[in-house]
Amino acid sequence: MNLVILILIGIFSYTSFIYGRSRIKKITTSQSIKINALPNYYGYYLALWCALPSLIILLVWSIFEASIIKGLISQTLSQNELNVYTSDQINLIYQKIVSLYNGNFSGTITNEIKQGAEDYKSFLSIAQSSKVVLLLSTAILTITYGIKRISKNNKARHDVEKILTGLLFVCSLVAILTTLGIIFSLLFESIKFFSAINIFDFLFGTSWSPQRAFVRDASAISAEEYADLKNAFGSVPLFAGTAFIALIAMTVAVPIGLFSGIYMAEYASIKVRKFSKPIIEILAGIPTVVYGFFAALTVGPFFREFGEKLGLEVSSESALAAGLVMGVMIIPYVSSLSDDVINAVPQSLRDGSYAVGATKSETIKRVVIPAALPGIVGSILLAVSRAIGETMIVVMAAGLAANLTINPLESTTTITTQIVMLLVGDQEFDSPKTQSAFALGLTLFFATLILNYIALRFVKKYREKYD
Amino acid sequence: MISNNIKIKTQDLNVYYGEKQALFNVNLDIHSKEVTALIGPSGCGKSTFIRCINRMNDVIDICKIDGSIKIDDKEIIDNNVDVVRLRESIGMVFQKPNPFPKSIYDNISYGPSIHGLADNKSDMDKIVENSLKKAALWEEVKDRLDEPGTGLSGGQQQRLCIARAISVNPEVILMDEPCSALDPIATAKIEELIDELKKSYTIVIVTHSMSQAVRVSQRTGFFHLGKIIEVDTTEKIFKNPGNQMTQDYITGRFG
Repeated sequence: MNLVILILIGIFSYTSFIYGRSRIKKITTSQSIKINALPNYYGYYLALWCALPSLIILLVWSIFEASIIKGLISQTLSQNELNVYTSDQINLIYQKIVSLYNGNFSGTITNEIKQGAEDYKSFLSIAQSSKVVLLLSTAILTITYGIKRISKNNKARHDVEKILTGLLFVCSLVAILTTLGIIFSLLFESIKFFSAINIFDFLFGTSWSPQRAFVRDASAISAEEYADLKNAFGSVPLFAGTAFIALIAMTVAVPIGLFSGIYMAEYASIKVRKFSKPIIEILAGIPTVVYGFFAALTVGPFFREFGEKLGLEVSSESALAAGLVMGVMIIPYVSSLSDDVINAVPQSLRDGSYAVGATKSETIKRVVIPAALPGIVGSILLAVSRAIGETMIVVMAAGLAANLTINPLESTTTITTQIVMLLVGDQEFDSPKTQSAFALGLTLFFATLILNYIALRFVKKYREKYD
Repeated sequence: MISNNIKIKTQDLNVYYGEKQALFNVNLDIHSKEVTALIGPSGCGKSTFIRCINRMNDVIDICKIDGSIKIDDKEIIDNNVDVVRLRESIGMVFQKPNPFPKSIYDNISYGPSIHGLADNKSDMDKIVENSLKKAALWEEVKDRLDEPGTGLSGGQQQRLCIARAISVNPEVILMDEPCSALDPIATAKIEELIDELKKSYTIVIVTHSMSQAVRVSQRTGFFHLGKIIEVDTTEKIFKNPGNQMTQDYITGRFG
C-alpha cells in the first residue's frame, strides 16, 4: 500500500514539475515579466510543494499507525469484563490477533482473538482509507498553494535553495543523532552493569572470566559472591591483549605500508604504479574472515612447527600469528593513504631540494615526509583503529583465553572478540555477563576517542604547512 | 662591465620531451660574473634550457638531452657527472617561491647540512647569517629565525629561496622568472639584489618582462620555438637588434 502511495506521490510531483514549468513559461510570455530563475526552478518548486508535505505526513503516519491501532485494540481487550489482563497478557493476545490477521496463526482460536482480528482488520482499513484521503487532500492543498505562489512569487530559485539546504541539514542531523543514540544506549546499559560491578574493579581487575558470573539479581548478593564476580569482570587482560595484538600488527603494517607507499609515490614508474597499486589495494578487499582462516590454518601452525624446531613452546593460537596477519591486512590502508598524501606534496618543494644538490632519498627524508606527516599520521591512526576494532582474525587465530601476557607466542584475546563471545548464543539481557559487553564497548569507544584526540593534537602541533 | 670569460658554453643542445622536441641546436655562451637574461614567448624553451644547466630535467622521466654543455670546460651532459655535486655548484630559484615548510633557519641550513659544509652549530649559524645577508633578508628576519619560512611575504619568501641557493656556495645561479609572482616593490628589491649578486655569481635569469631584462642584465638571448634567435649584449638587443623577429618581440608585436 505504502509503495503505491509513494509511486503516486512520485507521479504527482513529476506532473507538478511539468505543470510548474509550463505555467511560468505561459506567465512570462503573456505578461512579458522578466523572471529571475530558469523555468525548471518553478517546476522543482511546485514538485517540492507537492511531494514534501505528503511525504512528511506519510512518514509520521507510518510511525504512529501501529501503536495507535494497538492502543485501540488493547483498550477493547481491557474493557472485557470476564477477564482482567495484565499488560503482558494483553501484549501476547495482541500478537496472536496480528498473526491471525496475517494468516500465520497456530493454536486455538478463542472468540476474543477472532473478534480482535476483525477489529484489527476494520481499524486497518479505516486507517488506510483515511490516510489516502488525508494525503490526497494535503497534496491538492499544497499544490494549489504552490501554483498561487508561482504566479506571485518570482523567487523560486531561492526557495528551492532553502529547501535543499534544509534537506542536507536533516541528513547530517540523522547521522549525528544516530551517533548520539548509539552512545546513549551504550551508556545506559553500561550504567546498569556498573551498578552491579564497581567501575574500578572493572577497569583495573586483572582476571576476566565472565562465564563464572551466574548471578541474576546483582543488587542482592553477598560480599563473598561479589568478590567472585569482581574476579570475573576485570578488563585489564582484554585491553592489554588488544593493545598487544594491535602493536604487533602495527609493527608489521607501518614500516611495510609506509615504505611501499613511498616507493609507489616517489620511485615507481607510471607503468609499475598502474599495475601494482590496484594489487595492493586488493588486499584491502579480502574479507577479514579469509584472513582469519589464513591466520588460523596456515600462519598459526607454521609458527608452532617452527617454534618446535627451535625448542620453543608456541601455542597454535598465538598473538603473533593474529597480529602478523592483521598487520598484512592493514598494509594497504597505510600504503595507499600515505601514497596519496606524499603525492599531494607539491613538486616545487622537491625541486627546491634537488636544486641545492640533495639526493632523492635526502629529499624524501627531510622535505617530503615532514610535509606529508599529518596525512601519514592520519593514515597510521586509521590503521590503529582498524587493528583495535578487528575481530574475526583474533577470534580465529588468537584464541579466547584472557591471558595477561606479553609473550607473543601465547594465546590472548581482545575486547572485540570478547564482546562477540558475550553476545552469541542465548542471552539474558539483564545479566551482568551480557551487560559487560556494553561496558567493554563503551570503554573501547572512549579509548579510541582519546587516541584520536591525541593524534589530532600531534598533527596540529607538528604540521608543516605548505600551500 | 662586459667580461669575456665564458662560464657556460652550450653546443648543439637538443632536448626532447617524449616525441616532442623542445630545443633545437641551441648554441649559447654565458659569461662569468654577469647577468644573462633569456627572453621569448611562453613555451619557447627558456625554462627548459636553464633546467638543462643544472640537470633538473633529469627529474622528468620522458626528457632526453643530447648535445653539449660545458661549465668551465667540463662537460656536464654525461652519465658520469655527479648530478648532486653539479647542483651544489649551480643554484636555482624558481618561478613560485618554494620555501620548505620549515623554519627560516632550517630552510637555509638544509643545503649546507646535507653537504656537510658546517662542522658545528656556530659554523652553521654563520652560514645562515651570511646567506641571509647576501640575500638582503637578514635585517628583516634576524629576530625570528625559528618561525616558518612559509609565513613570510611573497617577496621575502623569494629572497629566502635565493639565500637557500647561495647557502651552498654555488658559482652559478639560475633564476626561472623569479619575480613573476611578486608585486612591483618586491620585484624591485629582487632586482637590486640580482645586481649585487652578480659581483660574486654568474646569473642566468629567465624573464617575461623586457624592462626587467634591460634593468638587470648585461647580455640577452632571445628564444623562439625552441631555437635561439639572437644573443648579444642587452644594449644591442634592445636598441638595435639584428633580427626582425627580435625586433618584433621586444616592441610587443607578438608573443
